[in-house]
Order: sequence, then C-alpha cells, then structure tokens
Amino acid sequence: MKRILYIFGVIGVLALLQWGLTAVLLDGPVRQGPYYYQILVLAGINIILAVSLNLTNGIAGQFSIGHAGFFAVGAYVAASVSYYGGSAIRAAVSFIPPMGQDAVVLLIALAAAALATALAGLIVGIPSLRLRGDYLAIVTLGFGEIIRVLILNIDAVGGARGFSGIPKLSNFFWVYLMAVATVVTVWNLVRSTYGRAFLAIRENEIAAQAMGIDVTRHKVLAFVIGSMFAGMAGCLFGHYTMYLHTNSFTFVKSFEIIIMIAIGGLGSIEGAVLGAVLLTVLPEAFRGFDSYRMIIYSLALILIMIYRPQGILGQKSLFGKKRRKSATIDAGPTGAKSVAAETGVAGKQ
Amino acid sequence: MESFLQQLINGISLGSIYALVALGYTMVYGVLRLINFAHGDVYMLGAYFGYYLSRAVQGKTPSHILDAAVVMLLSMIGCALVGMVMERLAYRPVRKASRLTLLIIAIGVSLLIENAGQLFFGADPKFFPQLIPETHVQMGGLMVTNQQLIVLFTALALMILLNLFIYRSRTGKAMRAVSFNLDAAKLMGINTDRIIALTFALGSALAAAGGILVSINIPGIDPLMGVMTGLKAFVAAVLGGIGNIFGAVLGGLILGLAEVMVAGYGSSTYRDAIAFLILIVILLFKPSGILGKGQVEKV
Repeated sequence: MKRILYIFGVIGVLALLQWGLTAVLLDGPVRQGPYYYQILVLAGINIILAVSLNLTNGIAGQFSIGHAGFFAVGAYVAASVSYYGGSAIRAAVSFIPPMGQDAVVLLIALAAAALATALAGLIVGIPSLRLRGDYLAIVTLGFGEIIRVLILNIDAVGGARGFSGIPKLSNFFWVYLMAVATVVTVWNLVRSTYGRAFLAIRENEIAAQAMGIDVTRHKVLAFVIGSMFAGMAGCLFGHYTMYLHTNSFTFVKSFEIIIMIAIGGLGSIEGAVLGAVLLTVLPEAFRGFDSYRMIIYSLALILIMIYRPQGILGQKSLFGKKRRKSATIDAGPTGAKSVAAETGVAGKQ
Repeated sequence: MESFLQQLINGISLGSIYALVALGYTMVYGVLRLINFAHGDVYMLGAYFGYYLSRAVQGKTPSHILDAAVVMLLSMIGCALVGMVMERLAYRPVRKASRLTLLIIAIGVSLLIENAGQLFFGADPKFFPQLIPETHVQMGGLMVTNQQLIVLFTALALMILLNLFIYRSRTGKAMRAVSFNLDAAKLMGINTDRIIALTFALGSALAAAGGILVSINIPGIDPLMGVMTGLKAFVAAVLGGIGNIFGAVLGGLILGLAEVMVAGYGSSTYRDAIAFLILIVILLFKPSGILGKGQVEKV
C-alpha cells in the first residue's frame, strides 16, 4: 500500500513539475526558457545512462565502453516503432483522448526499446564477458562501433541522412519518471542477493566463484540490465529531439558516460547522478568562455582525476547511512562539495 | 589479378601506417599497462608539425628527399618532446592509481590535445604541401607512385631500427625488463622513470612519422584526424597481442589489408566496422591476441 502511494506521489510531483516548467520555461516569460528546459531533459537522459552504466561498470566491475551502442539501438528501435507503427497503435486505442494515445505509443516504443536492447546486450554480453579488463573494454567498444555502422547502412531508418520525422512524445515528465525508475531499480538491485553477487564478482571473481556464485550468469545479467536501461534512455532521447543521427552515438558518447560515472565516483549511484548532471550542465555553463570552453573542460577532467581519483563522492553513499554504521562513513567529506574545493583540499596534502 | 595486387600494395601501405602508430600503443601498454588514448592525437600533432615545418623548410635544402627527411626528423623530435611532457605532467602523478583513473586521464589528455589543436590550428582541414613530387613507377604490370614506395620503405626502416634498439641495445634491454616486471627492474638498478619517459618519446616519434607519411599519401589534415586512426591502431595493437612489438606490426598489416579489401570489393561504408569485426572474432578464439601470451590466473 505504502509502495503504491509512493509511486503515485512521484508521478504526481513530476506531473506538477512538468506543468510548472512548461508554464514558466516553455510558454513563460523566462528568456532562453526552452534552452534551460532542454538542458534539464538532457540531464535526465544522462542520469539514466550513467546510472545504468554504473551497474555494469561500477557495481559488477565489468568494464564496458560500448554503452552508446545500446543507447543507439534503443533510440532507433523505439523511433521506428512510433514512426512506422504509431498510427496503427493510435487507431487501436482511438477511444481514449489524444494525450493518452501519445502515452500509449511512447510506452509501447519504450517496451520495444527495452526488449531489443536487452536482447542486444545478451548477444554482445555472452561472448564478450569471457574476456577481462582491457580486452573486455575494447571488445565492447568494437561492438558499439559495429552497431553504429550497421545502423548507418539501414535505409529504413534514414541511414547516413539521419532519421527525421519522429513524433515528439517524450518530455520532462517521462524522462524523469524513467530516471527515478532506473535509480530505484539499481538501488534495490544492489541491496538484493543479486547485487551482493555483483559486488562479490567485482571485488574478487575467483573468491566469488568459490562461494558458489554463478559468475557468468551474474555478469551477463548485470550487462543486460545495464543495456536495457540505456535503450530506454535512447527511446526518450529520440522522441525528444525528433531526429536521430548515428553521429550522436559514436564511442565519444560512450567515453562521456564513463567520465560521468568516474567523476561522480565509480560504484556510487548518487555519484553517477551527480556526474551526469555536472557533465551536462558544466559544458553549457562554460559557454561564456567560447572557444576555450572545451580546453577548460578537458583540463578540469584531468585535474579532478589526478587529485581525486576516486571521484567526487568516491564509494560513499549520501543516504542509506543508517544501515552501515562503520567508521568509514564518517571519515572525509560526505556532501557534494564543489569540484574546486575538493581539488584544492586534496592538492594541499 | 592486377587490381588485386594493386589493392594489396595499397593495403600494405595503409597497414604500415597503422603499424607505426600501433607500436606506440603497444610499447606504452607494455611498460605502464596504460591505454594511452592520446596517442592518436600525437599522430595528428606530428602531421601538423610537419605541415608548418615543411612550409618553413621547403626549397631550402638541395633536394626534395632531404626536405622531407628534415621535416620528418624535426617533427619526430617535436612529438617525442610532447610525449615526454604528457607522461611527466599527466601520467606520472597517478602511476599508482587504478586503471580506470589512468584511462579517464588519457581520455582527458586526448580531448585537451584535440581541442587545443582546433583552437591553434583551426578546425577546417589544411592541405599538406607536396614535399616530394609525385611520379609513377611501373613495376611489372602494376602502377605504384613513388610516394607509396617512400611510405612503405620509411615505415619498414623505422620498424627495423626500433627492433634493433629494443633487442640489441642496453637501453632496449632495460625497456624490456621494465615491461616484464616494473618492480623487479627497479630493484636491478634500472631508472624506471627514465625508461618510461623514453618509451613515451619513442612511441610518439613513431606516431609523428606515421602522421607525416600518411599526409604524403593523403594530403588533407585536420585536428580530429587522429581519433579514428588512433582507435584503429589501438585495435591493431590488441589484435596482435598488446605489449608485443611484432604483434603490433602484424595487427597493423592485417587491419590495413582488410580495410582496403573491404572498401575495394565490398562496400566502403562498412570500412570502419571491419577492423572491429576482425578484432572481436580473433579475441573470441584467442583472448590475448594473435601473438599475445595467455596469462594463467593464480589465486
């Protein structure tokens, strides 16, 4: 009962926010309102991507740099569902109002994206996860690039021209609903038997195996769940931008997601969220520096990693302190201090 | 048949460039277990150094070949310095950190060089001056340009020199020792910091040579030219067995040939995917690359 209340509470709050943001930013008096709105939506999509990659990379310890490939699969599958099948779905549910029809189309596209990317994750994961470390990393990168080149050669989704004419179905509400769902799922997963197994595999694969954990099964599971959420993020992305091009899904995008989780603190869910928000907002905030923007960005990245290699939050958890009363929780900064302060403190040591 | 031989020559020519860049990846990985993602951008810097140097040098020496040699040598020295600075400032402070930290820093350095390149060199492509006038050489039934031959022989000469250095000189022996076991090498009195810096310098110089050789063949250069080439060279290094010098050369040649053949007989849009496809297939059957040694895991 309590759970259902929570769910309706979240939906209610997000719907209210959506209504408020539309009134203030999109139709309202704020200058550049739509621009801020877009940053908010993209931050939400990046949160889904970072948290899902964190499950594979940070929690299960399987270093993957092909996340953009799954993002692409989700985006293109979902876009084709609503582009080619949208009118059929609408006709089937014509008895409900247009807004409800939009929601039905988006949900079906979301489900299709989830299914397709889970399958893609399985196909990529089963052979790749035999490999370790750098070899696993480069093979996932390779799969990501192969997926991109394959999509580039499918004419039905636009090929090199890009896929245009995708209906605008996603907005702040859907993106953040999905982001909350991702965070809650990963959060609960980490605290389940499966999550313990993931952590055990990350810490010591041989020991985990000796304890009776089916290592391969859990690795593939973490990989499939991670890709599935990336696919759903792709669906929301495509239905927000209304245009897809394979250039958005190169290995550079995969690097970006990795940077998000590394900056936030590998393995920490709050860290992934923080990293995603920072990496979406900071490059925009630096726009005033114009052509020096990306130089500042890359320098900041190098300096953060040199002076705070464990990421801003490290392995720490901002919430959930009650359960773990060990001394490590109290030691060191727990809050999300500013990047400058963090690097400054560490630099003096 | 003739067109096949023609493609073969093109493939080997492209493959030898990949091999030169792959050598840098594999050497650095050998000593530090670091994937130096910025290596592809050093290759780009090599081409740009070559561009500015050849505008300064061209016509001031008695022959075209000498022009090209001076440009190449100076650009290699320039990139060797860049490589050493990069190692000193970005990688040495975090040598003990986790692999992921190193990887992210490497990505950061790569982004920094690319963006600085766009700022200083301009984002639009530049036309690399023709250092050596193109002539056609008839070999049997085949037409090859003198430029292709120069690329091929320079690359070959550099690889032989590197091989002699690593397997015949004392410093080369120290380098192999560091790559075998860093701590043990330190205990034997080897100045490991110096060897690591030297490894970066050598790798970067080879990348610069690759950048200039590629620009002699295909004259358009731009600040992002190192991204794809770097990635493919890295794939070549992994394919051959990362950490293994011969593996890098073998991997480079395989990739070059495969790409040219796919572009020549299949569809050129699949050109970028073939490198990764070969990589995946080979790693599935031989998880540590063609010439790599399998590691036995101990508890």
